[in-house]
Amino acid sequence: MSKLYMARNPRVAARSLDGEMMIMSGRDSTLFTLNRTATILWQAADGATPLDEIVELRICHEFDVDRSQALQDAESLARELATHEILRISEEPIAQPATQSGSSAGEAR
Amino acid sequence: MPELATAVESLSLVIEIGGMPVRVHTTDPDFLAMLQDRYAGFVTSADSAASAEIDFDIDLTSPGSADPDADVRVTHQQGRWTLTRGDFRAEWEPVLRRGWIRQTANPYSIDAVLRIVHTLVLARQGGFLLHSASAIRNGKAFLFAGVSEAGKTTISRLAPPDVTLLTDEISYVRKNGRRDDAGYIAFGTPFTGELAKLGENVSARVAALYLLAKGSENRIDPVPPGEAARSLLANLLFFAQDEELVQSTFHAAFEFVSRVPIARLTFVPDARIWELIR
Repeated sequence: MSKLYMARNPRVAARSLDGEMMIMSGRDSTLFTLNRTATILWQAADGATPLDEIVELRICHEFDVDRSQALQDAESLARELATHEILRISEEPIAQPATQSGSSAGEAR
Repeated sequence: MPELATAVESLSLVIEIGGMPVRVHTTDPDFLAMLQDRYAGFVTSADSAASAEIDFDIDLTSPGSADPDADVRVTHQQGRWTLTRGDFRAEWEPVLRRGWIRQTANPYSIDAVLRIVHTLVLARQGGFLLHSASAIRNGKAFLFAGVSEAGKTTISRLAPPDVTLLTDEISYVRKNGRRDDAGYIAFGTPFTGELAKLGENVSARVAALYLLAKGSENRIDPVPPGEAARSLLANLLFFAQDEELVQSTFHAAFEFVSRVPIARLTFVPDARIWELIR
């Protein structure tokens, strides 16, 4: 099975408020509130860490779920986030624009 | 030698909302008089505001089949904003501080242009226009946000005499200087709702934002920060298809939520609700 890599779309604005991650599309101003799993994917989407590693280290660790099922669900979720242009996904590592804080261009806390 | 052309006199006035003077120029004295009446309390003479933030030339066209209900389109290209709706077209270059508006002689088109221009200017300054009534009491400004029928006009109508109404429809919120802890200022606006009464042209520091809800009793309840942010964003006026401004406005809303108390204000439609707002 091929690897899947995710990177945050720098064209969205993101904020974490009291544990809730909210993202607004810069294209059409649609507001998204991410659930806990989507928030983990967003926060871990550095373009370099493959999805299976994120699932292993972050999702299985936090939710105590079966690894293969968790990976399948996470991939489905990542693809859905990509259709909304919140994440970019690729089977190759994705170069991210350099940021000062290490967070995405659109994110602030 | 007879003159070949007669010089057309340009008439001007300045409409100052939220401390931002916008000067408009027209050749039509009737249109100028209409603007003076429409923006009474917010108009200063063209001479008294030598450094207007923007100068707009008004190009009045003949009445046609313009549709004011058509979608607004606001785009930015090569330093120039273009604003269009069925009943107007306008362009504005912020660097030159100049623009023009092409419309028929009606007060609604220029009103829409002014609202849009103010949202664009405020977005770069951490401020915004909000679908909310607002009022000053005891030197503090209170905002009452909600969609149509939420009660903005009702709570405005119920205000006791010691309350100064800023608007029953569109609130004008600007950061108070550059310091992050300096809070926000709410200004009166001429943007009216069903009450059809211009706000007072005064301002005060924002003490609270209330999310309006009609109910069987008067009460104030806390709102979780996420819900507060979503409600604020849902009530912001925003028109531009511009990623940078979308991001600015988004972050401005969160800054506001982190610095201003936001609560749900449930009320029955009678004047006792103002006993809770002080």
